Amino acid sequence: MNSAPLLSCRGLEAGYGASQVLFGLDFDIQAGEVVTLLGRNGMGKSRVLKTLIGRLPPRRGEIQFGGHAIHRARADAIARLGMAIVPEGRQCFPNLTVHEHLIAFADNRGGLGKPWTSRRLYALFPSLAARAAHSGNQLSGGEQQMLAIARALSTNPRLLILDEATEGLAPVIREEIWRCLDRLKAAGQTVLVVDKYVERLVKLADRHFILERGRLVWSGTSAELDSDRGLWSRYLGV
Amino acid sequence: MKRAPGWLARSLPWLLLLSLALFPLLAPSLDLDYYVGFIRHLLIVMMAATSLNFILGYGGMVALGHSGFVGVGAYTVVALVDGGVTSAWGAWLAAVAVAGAFAAVIGAVSLRTRGVYFLMITLAFSQMLHHLAVSLSAYGGDDGYSLHAPLLLGVGLDDAHPHVLYWVVLALAALLFTFSCRLAVSRFGYALRGIRDNETRMAALGYPIYRIKLAAFIGAGAVAGLAGALLASHNKFVSPSVMHWTESATLLVMVVIGGLGRRWGGPAGVALWLTLAEVLKLYTEYWRWPMGLLLVLIVFLAPKGVVSLFEGPRRAG
Repeated sequence: MNSAPLLSCRGLEAGYGASQVLFGLDFDIQAGEVVTLLGRNGMGKSRVLKTLIGRLPPRRGEIQFGGHAIHRARADAIARLGMAIVPEGRQCFPNLTVHEHLIAFADNRGGLGKPWTSRRLYALFPSLAARAAHSGNQLSGGEQQMLAIARALSTNPRLLILDEATEGLAPVIREEIWRCLDRLKAAGQTVLVVDKYVERLVKLADRHFILERGRLVWSGTSAELDSDRGLWSRYLGV
Repeated sequence: MKRAPGWLARSLPWLLLLSLALFPLLAPSLDLDYYVGFIRHLLIVMMAATSLNFILGYGGMVALGHSGFVGVGAYTVVALVDGGVTSAWGAWLAAVAVAGAFAAVIGAVSLRTRGVYFLMITLAFSQMLHHLAVSLSAYGGDDGYSLHAPLLLGVGLDDAHPHVLYWVVLALAALLFTFSCRLAVSRFGYALRGIRDNETRMAALGYPIYRIKLAAFIGAGAVAGLAGALLASHNKFVSPSVMHWTESATLLVMVVIGGLGRRWGGPAGVALWLTLAEVLKLYTEYWRWPMGLLLVLIVFLAPKGVVSLFEGPRRAG
């Protein structure tokens, strides 16, 4: 791929207080790619995401997103540049209905192709249409997860980040989320996924990064990851 | 409680508005003249309560200094009348602007804090305003200031006519209420409700939290200033007691018993509180005892506010 990456991190270092958590991370994500960030619990995946979205600024290093340096930017400014996260724990608003979730934050932040309108989002997640008048806290876990994804998509982001989007969901609901991600990939949406279902991620994603104690220890394509099961047991605990 | 049929729910506000508009004309034949002034007072306090409900109920900003802005509005009218201004609209607009400016300064500082600290800092600012009013000897200091000359409303009308002022207040209250309902379901209103629920999430969705909260705080302060200006015209008298912290607390309690974050919460709380007080005063000078008991009962029966008793099972509006 020759074009400039959508997201580029160089020498990223971050930590909490005196302890350093991330050590000199270098990685790129190209527009239209589906990329995963893998690793066991506590290896720094969430810290990377928090740093990308501006929740916890890096100590050193640079982050370029869509041609903008964002390593010193505020979270809301980064979001307006087109980065949307589906957070761990869904965090739907209990005082907004499903429909309000889909129209309140609607924006066009540089996403590709046809914009995600509430109608298209209901088509993507038909079970949300039936619950349009219900509040965010009156939904099942799966429905809340779909709503969190739909809410992020309603901003028509350039980069969609999913943090443990399938955690705690029933297998059938999980599969629905994976199918949704397949459709997003087919539509050309750039996605960064953090999840632990490696077998499914190998089918979904183009490339993968493995994080071990705050360092990127491996990166490669799905075919490369699929063929090297030693990596799975060494770094992913699978 | 069962939800009213759709057509009834839709026409109820209009019927209420019509009844209120006709009330001054019917009151003399029903021997209810006194209640024209009572309802006028009610409508003015409802405006202040609606503005507080907007930042408290929708925005989650537990402000304990809202009566400070009511007082700023009232004293702006006093200052202008004392300076020779005779236009009611001019004085009221100035009250809105000055209260909004005070809210901008107070909000810019207070909104850097959260929770109980925000409550304490807004209380501190309102007490500062109260003491400032007490020290204004030119405007009567602690004794207050009487507005003798009527303010002119144009076309030969003035605010000394009880019915004219009543209709002006009713029109302004209706406009404000409609506007606040629309605002609550606008993107700004959704953003404010989102911020109340989860500020971090809203920032990640691209919303500048501080600016949105400050805008809401300034708007609510300006509306409270308008209520203060109308209160000055209504009472023809202003004293520092209007901005005492107990007034802020009463306003807050009214909103809570009416229904936090519910469109009818402010008006319902004010109507309930002031009507209960009025009725109980007819029977006993110790009216605060039964009032307290009734409020405890209301809190137990309708913890989400009396308005919640009339809502459907799904959600607040």
